[in-house]
Amino acid sequence: MKVDTDGSAIYMHGLTKRFGDLTAVDRVDLDIEKGELFGLLGPNGAGKSTIIKMLTTMLTPTEGEAHVWGHDIAMERNKVRSSIGVVFQDPAVDGMLTGKENLDFHGRMYGLGGAVRKKRIEEVLDLVDLADKADVKVEDYSGGMQRRLEIARGLMHHPSVLFLDEPTLGLDAQTRRHIWEYIRDMNRKEGVTIILTTHYMEEADYLCDRVAIIDNGKIVALDTPKNLKDLIGADTITLEAQSGRETLLTSLRTFDWIKSAAVTNGTIELRVDHAQSRIPEVMQEACKKNAVIKSVGLHEPTLEDVFLKFTGKKMREAEGASAMHAVMMRGRRR
Amino acid sequence: MKQDLYAIYSIWLREMLRFFRLKSRLVGSVASPFFFLAFLGMGFGSAAAMPGIPQGVDYVSFLTPGIIGMTLLFSSTFAGLSVLWDREFGFLKEIMVAPVSRIAIVLGRTAGGVTTAIIQALIILLSGILLGMTAPGLQGILMSMVFMVLIASTFIGLGLAFASKMEDMSGFSLIMNFLIFPLFFLSGALFPLDRFPQAIKVLAYINPLTYGVDGLRYSLIGAGTFSPALDFIVLAVSCAAILGLGAYLFEISEVK
Repeated sequence: MKVDTDGSAIYMHGLTKRFGDLTAVDRVDLDIEKGELFGLLGPNGAGKSTIIKMLTTMLTPTEGEAHVWGHDIAMERNKVRSSIGVVFQDPAVDGMLTGKENLDFHGRMYGLGGAVRKKRIEEVLDLVDLADKADVKVEDYSGGMQRRLEIARGLMHHPSVLFLDEPTLGLDAQTRRHIWEYIRDMNRKEGVTIILTTHYMEEADYLCDRVAIIDNGKIVALDTPKNLKDLIGADTITLEAQSGRETLLTSLRTFDWIKSAAVTNGTIELRVDHAQSRIPEVMQEACKKNAVIKSVGLHEPTLEDVFLKFTGKKMREAEGASAMHAVMMRGRRR
Repeated sequence: MKQDLYAIYSIWLREMLRFFRLKSRLVGSVASPFFFLAFLGMGFGSAAAMPGIPQGVDYVSFLTPGIIGMTLLFSSTFAGLSVLWDREFGFLKEIMVAPVSRIAIVLGRTAGGVTTAIIQALIILLSGILLGMTAPGLQGILMSMVFMVLIASTFIGLGLAFASKMEDMSGFSLIMNFLIFPLFFLSGALFPLDRFPQAIKVLAYINPLTYGVDGLRYSLIGAGTFSPALDFIVLAVSCAAILGLGAYLFEISEVK
């Protein structure tokens, strides 16, 4: 069957990968548009990296098909490889070579001639602020610098699609911010289609145009971060009152912008939109009714709540379970 | 095609940079064959002529081509197995995701491994001459380099085949002890083959390194057991077969 893949950067249909009894990726259908910054979000072991490895021709799918930039990942592997740049989850640099030599190697492997290669190396090193470290051996780089070098390398041959597998894993908050800015610039200014995997909720939320939430090898939700969070509904204000709780509750119930007010475990929970700007009004009302408030809490829906809603478990629990599974699998392999 | 040539050059260049950057590895890799050559040469050289060695050939001259064979065997098997290191440190993914044919990757690695092995072999040849080996002529050295290329390619292929089948480096010492050392001892590198009992001789005759060492000996000191043409043919055929197998196993291995 001929599939129309003209409009999409990546197209997957029934994509499946099994390792023995374990189904790592289970009949995934997905369409990613050109120019999109797309996120695959899920706990470790959910199958994100396996999807990336299939799309980058590192693994062969057990079943199903996928096209990257119009090329079949099983039949036209070299054409797929020419269209993509990849930053792998684990470091993939040669520590004994300098940053420049690593990029030089890469440039030759992608057929960039001398002058072009030299120019691109300078360009990408500037982009990730590593120009002054070009002649330092990569084994003497910090983790964040290595990561930046790999991102620079992934961009060097001007790929149409860039894959980033956990680009900020294990980096400190400041470096993570930096890398987020690079990724966003790349997408906005250069128009590169980017697919990234992450298990950091804030990362997917901050960066991605659309997010697919993956659990046990399946896509359980797919939309923009905003729409996904809207599924959860409004913000929640929690009030812990020392006295006057009932009076306050009765009066708060008359406000039309409060969607619901209830008491759970002695704490008042108010469901409202734009909770931050409503807290002062709630406090004024409390003063008027002579209620003594001990503490105020605010909770905005996050992708974590979305994950909870769709899988019935928290990310960390899911991670614990799959980490156990991974240990068992490894034990069996030996 | 042009891109594949670029890739072969790129992989070869990386091997060169790594080889010359790690001085300790260079020293380490020639140290043990040098000690074999120096101490065996001194130890047996002064003894009465060993039976089986052609008339008029002293032991150091007989031994040097054998130790060159040993250097090539160890160095190129390591070069083939070094795919394991690249896998361990992640760099293999960078190579495998590049838009070049898998054959170009194997050829690049082979070119790199052959070059480094021959550099080491020439250092050993020079050491042999300094230790009293009759110096070969230029023609002999050039001829021996043909055999060096074939020996190195064969065992790079062998290392590559094992590396493609192994999950990690745990099988490494098994390969060293049960494959590489027997290949070395059964090659006639240290003493003439006719000192072995008949059953062991058969093993020596199916060992490609036997023909490699014999070819080196013919080229460098002008005395061999078989004819150089036979050495060349046997070695060329086993090189094509083993390197082909290594390339095939590498091609079908997945990068986890």
